[in-house]
Parts: sequence; structure tokens; C-alpha cells
Amino acid sequence: MQTAIKQNSFKDKANQAFGISIEDARISKSYLSVAFIALLLGGLLGLLQGLNRAGVLTLPSWANYYQILTAHGLLLVVVLSAFFTIGYFYAGLSHTLGGLLPKVRKMAWIGFWMKIFGFVLVVIPVLMNEASVMYTFYPPMAAHPVFYFGLVFIVLGIWMLSAGAFTQVANWRKNHKGEHLPILSFFATGVFVLLVGATAFVAVEVIFMIIPWTLGWVDGINVMLSRTLFWAFGHTAVNIWYLTAVSAWYVVIPKVIGGNRWNDHLTRMVVIPLVIMNITGGFHHQIVDPGISEGIKYMHVFMSLAIGFPSLMTAYAMFRVFERTARRKGGKGLLGWFKKMPWGDVRFLAPFIAMAAFIPAGAGGIVQSTNQLDQVVHNTMWVVGHFHLTLGMSVVMTFFGISYWLVPYLSKRVLTPAMNKLGVIQTVIWTLGMVIMAISMHIVGLFGSPRRTSFTTYGDFAETLGWNPYMAAVGIGATLLLIAVILQVYAVFNLMFFAPKGVTEFPIADTEPGEAKTPYWTERWGIWVVLMILVISMAYVIPIVDMIVNAPPGSPPFKTW
Amino acid sequence: MHLDEKIWLFLSFGMIMIFMIFTGYQALALGYGPPSHKETIDPQKVDQTAPFNEPGIKQIGENEYEVVMTLQIFSFTPMDIEVPAGSTVHFTLTSKDVVHGFQVADTNINAMVMPGHIQKITQKFDEPGEYLVLCNEYCGAGHQAMSTTITVK
Repeated sequence: MQTAIKQNSFKDKANQAFGISIEDARISKSYLSVAFIALLLGGLLGLLQGLNRAGVLTLPSWANYYQILTAHGLLLVVVLSAFFTIGYFYAGLSHTLGGLLPKVRKMAWIGFWMKIFGFVLVVIPVLMNEASVMYTFYPPMAAHPVFYFGLVFIVLGIWMLSAGAFTQVANWRKNHKGEHLPILSFFATGVFVLLVGATAFVAVEVIFMIIPWTLGWVDGINVMLSRTLFWAFGHTAVNIWYLTAVSAWYVVIPKVIGGNRWNDHLTRMVVIPLVIMNITGGFHHQIVDPGISEGIKYMHVFMSLAIGFPSLMTAYAMFRVFERTARRKGGKGLLGWFKKMPWGDVRFLAPFIAMAAFIPAGAGGIVQSTNQLDQVVHNTMWVVGHFHLTLGMSVVMTFFGISYWLVPYLSKRVLTPAMNKLGVIQTVIWTLGMVIMAISMHIVGLFGSPRRTSFTTYGDFAETLGWNPYMAAVGIGATLLLIAVILQVYAVFNLMFFAPKGVTEFPIADTEPGEAKTPYWTERWGIWVVLMILVISMAYVIPIVDMIVNAPPGSPPFKTW
Repeated sequence: MHLDEKIWLFLSFGMIMIFMIFTGYQALALGYGPPSHKETIDPQKVDQTAPFNEPGIKQIGENEYEVVMTLQIFSFTPMDIEVPAGSTVHFTLTSKDVVHGFQVADTNINAMVMPGHIQKITQKFDEPGEYLVLCNEYCGAGHQAMSTTITVK
């Protein structure tokens, strides 16, 4: 035991002095490469859609709008975000827990190839126009069975990676009894717990309901139940990407601006409720569904809004850290300290704009999860505007900001001033594009323009002609975004293979000196998981039992595209 | 914890609670709750099951109408509804195939329509004019063409 601790702390020091080991770096670099290639492809498809909806581009006969939209959603919501999250957290686990264990490395590679194999299986039917069913694949619309087999492999890959992360964390805890898990690994634990919890629902939907049904083993499917299981996954997935971004806000950004991080105890108290209460939030996607009583829906408004509370804590914490740091650097006045922030540093600028975007994005989210307000905007372009703010700005811009230090850290290179400048330009273009696009989408959504609909004027219906200028603005936004995507992908691969050699640190901020010790109960992950399961049961047992017991005869599969 | 943080958290919590109270009061006391009808139907026998065996519009009171409507790729049955201004219309909806959405632009009508489930939603049309009815859930290759009108005279 004693020697184990000694060895471990030696390894910790070696790790910090020499940077990440080549094997660990290779894992994260592979994940990040896939993520940014997905960004390039997804962005290109996004431009095609933007231009189509702007009314300036007629898609060729061999590519239909819905096929492109399905691929766009999968590439950006499933591939980019998941691969980035895993690459980032595996680097974080390696850095803060003294290098990955050999067996964890092996699990990371098995997970990688399972996910890639699954993704290839998903892509083939999509390319063949056999799976234009969107990211949500609501039955009774049925894709080719291979599409669903692909999803199963993606989920198995996620489970393998989660098991790897848990193995790494458990090993560290065994060797560091009574110590708090380093904060970035604490976030990682929360993220992987949620990944397992969320994918469990979609696994049940796909394996036990959809696959037997598309193979013809059963005649009908329970449409409401499958949809409910999907949203327990679908909303949590995007919240996981958000939690990943939040981890960088709390842990990395304070270091980048030369300050200390927010109170450790309160930080952990933000992670814990976000894990416990997250999965139940998915229900607000079903506010205008039949078959669920108003009472259950009202309970779910509460459950969805509850997630807002930790986010409001985060908003306070971030601005407090900025103010504290800026004042130490001589910033004065009520708001004058703002000038002391490192605005020219892309590693700060991109995540800062990401955080600022979460203010309107979070407010919009509260609107959508509230019964009556949701009824106004449900399935309109407003929702598309919302998730381009939350995912396209808050999450992805944080990921971009991370890439400017994480990639050189992994490749043992440095971020040059020229590359930093390119990053700042990229950030500005991306911000402009997203702001133009998201504002137009929100407005035209309030007017009633539906989401997931290719260019149409509904027989030149007078009112829809008034929507067109906003859709043209969406096209302009999409064009700017593709320019920013190209710059970003160039920056990532330049930093990975061509930038000057050197040492880049993994920025992890220290706590304020003299801070009270965080109580050890925050480390009781067993309790948090049990509480999470209890909250999920409260939310889902009654409606799901109702959906099963009072189910109508099942629906046969349909291919309607 | 700083005093200003306590104030901020108190305000945050208060804001969420006020939201909840308004939402609950409107939904449960004023009856503005979202469409949540719970009847079911055999999705493969819609045409043989009352009331969907006779889709159409029917006057059920002074200024009150019931519209029994089926949604199927890529149309609504009945199409092109007409009602006098000031009428209250009760829609009874179901799908004959995949998941559809029932939305009327410029009103608060917005409901998911699922195969196997009967959905109900009510709206009073005061302003004369032509309203656009559209499907707002992706339902297949012709989804963008799935629309009709309600004319209020």
C-alpha cells in the first residue's frame, strides 16, 4: 500500500514534468481528429440546408433535404460532441490521475473502434437514403435495420469508455484513500455516469423495441413508449455536452486568465445536482403529446426547471471569478475591471462568448420547458435557434477554446501568436454567424415556421412569404459558420501536426488560498447514483407503466421518404 | 458564501418558483394546460372507428364546432375548413400512419398527433382571415407539402 502511494505520486510528478505519455496522447488525438472531421462534414451539410431554406439552393435529385438533415444532426450532436468529450476527459483523467492504466488504454481503443464501427453502420443506410429518420428516429417511421445495429455499437462503445473511466477513477481512489478526486476527474465521473444512464434508455428502446420490430419478429411498436425512452436519452445527451463545457469553465478558464478557481465545495455542489436531476429533464420534449396527463406534465415542468438552478449558480460563480481576478490585476470600478480580461487570448475569448450565449440560451430553455409557453414554440424554428445557441455556441465554442491548448498539449507543440490571432478571427466569424442564425430562427419560430421542413411556401401562402427574409438570414449565418468551421479545422490539424515543438501545460486552476476544506461526503458517488435512480423513478415509473398498461395496438413500420 | 451570492441564489430560486406558480395556476386553474388527451385507438383501423369513420366539421352549438380530423402522409382530412368569426372549434385528431404535428400559425394550436392516440385541442377564432394549418413534425419526403387552411369569415 505504502509503496503503491509512493509510486503513484512519483508518476504524478513525472506526468506533470514531462507532459502526457505518447500512448495517452494518441488516444485523445484520435478522438479529437474524428470530432473535427465530423465538424467539417456536419458544417458543410449545415450550409446546404441553410441555403436550401433560404430558397437559393435546390438540392440535387440524389440528395434529399431530410437525408442531409439526418446526417447533419448525427455528425454534430452524436459524433463531434461525443468524440470531443471523450478525448478531452480521457486527457484530463490521464493528466490528473497520473496517466492512464494500460487496461484503461486498451478499453479506450476498444471503445473507439466500436464507436467507429457503429458509426459506419449508421452512415451506410443514411447515404443510401434508407434511414432519413433524423436524430430522433421516432417510430413508426422505420429505417433499415443496419441503422439500428450501428446505434447499438455506438452505445456499447460508450459503455466501454465509461467502464474505462470508472476503472481509472476507482484505481486512483483505492490508492488515495480519504482524498478528494481532482476536480476535472470529478466532472469526468459525473459525465460518464450520465452517459451510462442516458444511453441505457435508448438501448432499451433500440434493442428491445425497434430491432425486433424492424426485423419483423413483432408486428407493432408502442409509439409513445419508444418516444419517451428516446427523450430520456436525447435531452440528457446534449446536457452532457453542456456539463463538459461547464467543467472547462470552472477548472480551466480561471487558470487561463491567471486566477484561482471557484470554491471547490460549491463547484462539486453544482456537478452533483446536474447529475442527479438531469435525465428527467427530457420529458419536456413531450409537453404537447397525447397520452400523458396534465398532472404528470406539470411535475415535469418542475423537474426540468430544477436543472436551471445549478446553471444559475454557475452564472454567478463565473462572473465572480472574472471580477476577482481582474481586480487583482488592478481592474477598478463597478464594471471597469472588465477591461482587464485577456480579450485577445482565444483560449479565453471563445469560452467567454460561449458563457455569455448561455444567458439567452438558458432563458429560452426555461421558456421551452414551461407548459403553455412550449405550446407556442414547440417544433418551430425557435427550438432550432435554441439549440444552436446552447450547442452551437455555449458548448461548441467552449470546445473550440479548449482545442487551442489541448491539441498542442497532446502533440507537444505550442500555440503561436499567429495561430492565436487566427483563433480570435475564427471566434468572431463563428459568433457573428451563430448570432445572425439563432436570432432569425427564434423570431421566425415565433411566427410559426416549423423546424425540420425543407424550403416551402405552402402554395405561396401569404403569411409564409413574410418568413422568407429570416430564412435568408439563416442562409447568411450558415455561410459565415462554414468559413469559421474551415478555419477551426485548419487550426486543430495545424496544432496537431505542424506547429512549432514545445511544452504546453494542461491548465488547471488552484483553489483560493485558505479555502475551507470540502467535506468528504461530496465523494460518495454511490449515493449520488442511487439518488439519480430515485429521481428517475419518480419521474418515469408512473407515465411508463401507464403507457404500457393502456397501450393502443402497436403500429407497423413505415418508410415515408 | 458571500452575501451577494446568497441574494443571487435566493432570486434564482424565487424566479423558478414564480415560474412554477404561474404555470401551475394557468394550467390547472384556468384550463390553459397543454393538449394531453388520453384516449387510444387501433392505428390500423382508424377509418372503421368512430368518430374517425366520418371525418369532417359539425356544428355542435351556437358558435361551436367540432372538427374530426385524420392526419396521414402528407395531408389532413378534411381539408380547407370554414367557420364564422367568433366560433370555438374543438379538434379531435389522430394519425393513420407516422407521427405528425398539428399547428395553426398565428394561434396557440400546437399538438403532437400520434398513431394509436386521440389528441384534442380547442381554439376560439375571433379574427377573420385565412389561417395556415401545417404539420410541424417531420413525417417523410413530402412533409413540407403537408398543409391546409382554416378560413374564418
